[in-house]
Amino acid sequence: MRIHFKTTYNHDIRLFADRTTFLKYAALLVFAVALPFLIGDFYLGEATNVLIWAIAGLGLMLLTGQTGQVSLGHAAFLALGAYSNLILLDKGVPFIISFPLAGIITGVVGTIIAIPALRLHGIYLAIATMAISILADDIIVLTERWTGGVVGMFPPTIDIFGFEIERWTQPDRFYYLVLFTAVVCTLIYRNLLRSPLGRAFAAVRDSEVSAAAMGVHIARTKMTAFGISCAITGLGGALMGYYSGMVNNETFTIVISIQLLMMIVIGGLGSIHGAFFGAFVVAFLPQGLSIAKGWFGTSSVAIPGLEFGVFGMILVLFILFEPDGIYGRWVKTRIWFELFPFARKDMFKRQKSYLKTERLR
Amino acid sequence: MSLLEIKNITLKFGGVTAVDNLSFSVEEGEVYAIVGPNGAGKSTVFNLISRFYDPVSGSIEFDGHNLLDHPPERIADFGIARTFQNIELFDNASVLQNLLVGRHRHRNTNMIQEILFTPKVRREEIAHREAVEEVIDFLDLQPYRDKLIAGLPYGIRKVVELARALASGPKLLLLDEPASGLSVEETQDLRWWIDDIRKQMGITVLMVEHDMGLVSSVCDRVLALADGAKLAEGTPAEVQANPAVIEAYLGVGAA
Amino acid sequence: MEFLQLFVSGLANGSVYGLIALGFVLIYKATESVNFAQGDFMMFGAFIALWLTNTEYMGLPFWIAAPMAMAAMGLLGYLLDVTIIRRMFGQSQTAVVILTIALGFVIRFFAGVFWGHEPQTLQSPLAVGDVTIGGVVLGMADVTIIVVTALLTFSLFQFFKHTKLGLAMQAASQNQMAAYYMGIPVKRVQGFIWALSGVVAAVAGILFASKGAIDPNAGMLGIKAFAAAVIGGFGSLPGALVGGLIIGVIEPFAARYLPAGYSQMAPYVLLLLVLVFRPHGLFSQVRTKKV
Repeated sequence: MRIHFKTTYNHDIRLFADRTTFLKYAALLVFAVALPFLIGDFYLGEATNVLIWAIAGLGLMLLTGQTGQVSLGHAAFLALGAYSNLILLDKGVPFIISFPLAGIITGVVGTIIAIPALRLHGIYLAIATMAISILADDIIVLTERWTGGVVGMFPPTIDIFGFEIERWTQPDRFYYLVLFTAVVCTLIYRNLLRSPLGRAFAAVRDSEVSAAAMGVHIARTKMTAFGISCAITGLGGALMGYYSGMVNNETFTIVISIQLLMMIVIGGLGSIHGAFFGAFVVAFLPQGLSIAKGWFGTSSVAIPGLEFGVFGMILVLFILFEPDGIYGRWVKTRIWFELFPFARKDMFKRQKSYLKTERLR
Repeated sequence: MSLLEIKNITLKFGGVTAVDNLSFSVEEGEVYAIVGPNGAGKSTVFNLISRFYDPVSGSIEFDGHNLLDHPPERIADFGIARTFQNIELFDNASVLQNLLVGRHRHRNTNMIQEILFTPKVRREEIAHREAVEEVIDFLDLQPYRDKLIAGLPYGIRKVVELARALASGPKLLLLDEPASGLSVEETQDLRWWIDDIRKQMGITVLMVEHDMGLVSSVCDRVLALADGAKLAEGTPAEVQANPAVIEAYLGVGAA
Repeated sequence: MEFLQLFVSGLANGSVYGLIALGFVLIYKATESVNFAQGDFMMFGAFIALWLTNTEYMGLPFWIAAPMAMAAMGLLGYLLDVTIIRRMFGQSQTAVVILTIALGFVIRFFAGVFWGHEPQTLQSPLAVGDVTIGGVVLGMADVTIIVVTALLTFSLFQFFKHTKLGLAMQAASQNQMAAYYMGIPVKRVQGFIWALSGVVAAVAGILFASKGAIDPNAGMLGIKAFAAAVIGGFGSLPGALVGGLIIGVIEPFAARYLPAGYSQMAPYVLLLLVLVFRPHGLFSQVRTKKV
């Protein structure tokens, strides 16, 4: 077991708790950078997919895991990010500007949408964002002039000062672009967590009244959370557009919104790790299923809805037996080993809570 | 002038008058208690000061500000911190994080600076942590610093909530039933703490409390409420001897 | 004439939305959370009835099959509560929401495995023939749906208002702990509510499948029922029905009078407008939390 002797306040503030942790993450980053040299193009594509989902997941995690606002409409913001990027490129804006700008546009729109949504809590917010996600499909068709409607748009080759990135022929370059974005988004998330704004998010999540009594501006904090969350999701959406090679009104449906939400729950709400763990499950589930079908000798039989059915079952099991998701399990396992043989079963026990109504009569 | 001055305040829920033309003032440096039977409107007075409710009429002045001109989240900026009757902590955060939220009113950095985690953010962060450590030291919360609230026993949570309020560095501390649910020893600790809060930190305390033992040992003045209106005001001994108070507590004819 | 026919057909669709919304409201009353799988319950109930009735499957008489389907869905609702939902006791609304979304996917998957993905129609005696009222020709199915829905809502409303069990359910939903102390068997009450919502879903499914075809994705209809429940305010049974009828009536008129591409947006736009201007529905119950 490692014991942290804290000698300065920076000990709590800095990114890594100690040298070992730093070395572990450094090794992970080196591994990620070396990945294109270690695996083939197919699996590199899958790794890219994991990272893109993780970026989108980080966006939603900030809103749902950190601030407690459930959104079933984040596919709409993925779409907004993808389309803003492509339309800007279409207008001749270089990628190096259009890509971050797509994130900012999505963030601004998200903040504006948050204003009427501020008064909504829990399920009402979930339903409202769900409606937004459904409407996004229709709006894309209606604004065909810019979005190409049902025909869709085809992302051109990325050009950064003459350095070209073509998603199909140069998967390694595309992978590095995605990896860079993922690292930047993770850093943003981490920085927020260790500063007053991140704590304000958690305060709003856990108790709005006492957050207000402590001087946290509830409305402004929620809007900021929506803004940053949507911006990150928008970046994810822009990358998803490149990854799928084509975007139209059916690329980002309500099902994607739901999948994104389920993904962060499986990964573990409220943790950066959770977004990445969840993305692994989403990206590799189809692979895993086709392998499993091979075992049963039914690999040629297409079973519609199988992927979502299994995904749903995994989620049900997690909510029942490990509400903290894969990350929670990981932490518990790690602590069990660190404390071996002194770990106790009730170490993670929480006080029992009862449902209290929000209704007053 | 008094630190907190409440004048002729009236609050109605539908047809029910919860607070009825109530006036009182709290002087700087004193410990002032509001007592009264259940439903007398004690917590409601706190919620009025916190601006969770809008009164029908009356005024609330604090330190030269008319609180009724400001939204709830501005109240902390004037130097008012509070605890809640049913503990409203941030359950999925650690004790340290809870206390740091208490420092929120001292935040001087903006979103962009925090995203980039500039040196200024770091300096402020260290300053917040120094302030919080003093409170942790004062209330003996060291063993719980990095524990999640969700796993803490009731008594500790009460102390954490007091600590969070203190961390904000208030001029006025509102304590809503600080001793309810505490053991005899814990109540004893609370008594010393309230004494120290007043004497060492120079913080004025306004509290709602049922435990008359605690009230008479730490409070300078007491206000007795019944049905939202003032019944009596004075030193603890005076109020306890007041026939109207005895009647409200024990029923008609008991005196 | 055209107006009236659009109106009646809208009412019939709206009744189905209303019935699904009724399921939302039942669960909401019991657990203060929402069963996002209610639409899929409806779909599954319809498939069970179809499987029992249709000649290519079991070929039972409809009047035997329909009660059996209702009983089966009631059992399913109860079992889901006992095995899964009950473990969520005391967890957040959000967790229950996400759980039921996932359950919806699982139910949809099984429906697809059992009955395939081709749209099928229930061979229902309700769908046969037309009725002429005041010179207007109305489908028998439409009329039956409206009548059955009205009756069901009325009896549920009476049940909650006047029976001991109904009142116990209301009490349990408002404060679980207090209800415990008052001697209300909260868990049993909750199980009963889930069973009841399963039965209501089966009724909705049978009516829906009498009028048109169903496939495993028919549960997505539940999203429109959200609009209905939200308009009704989530706490009110008649409110849910009224909300359903509003959505149902708006749809055919929007399709008739709005330009193509805009009409299908109508229910969702209405939903958002209600949420923005009356965040807790037209029949609001929610106020701020007490501290």
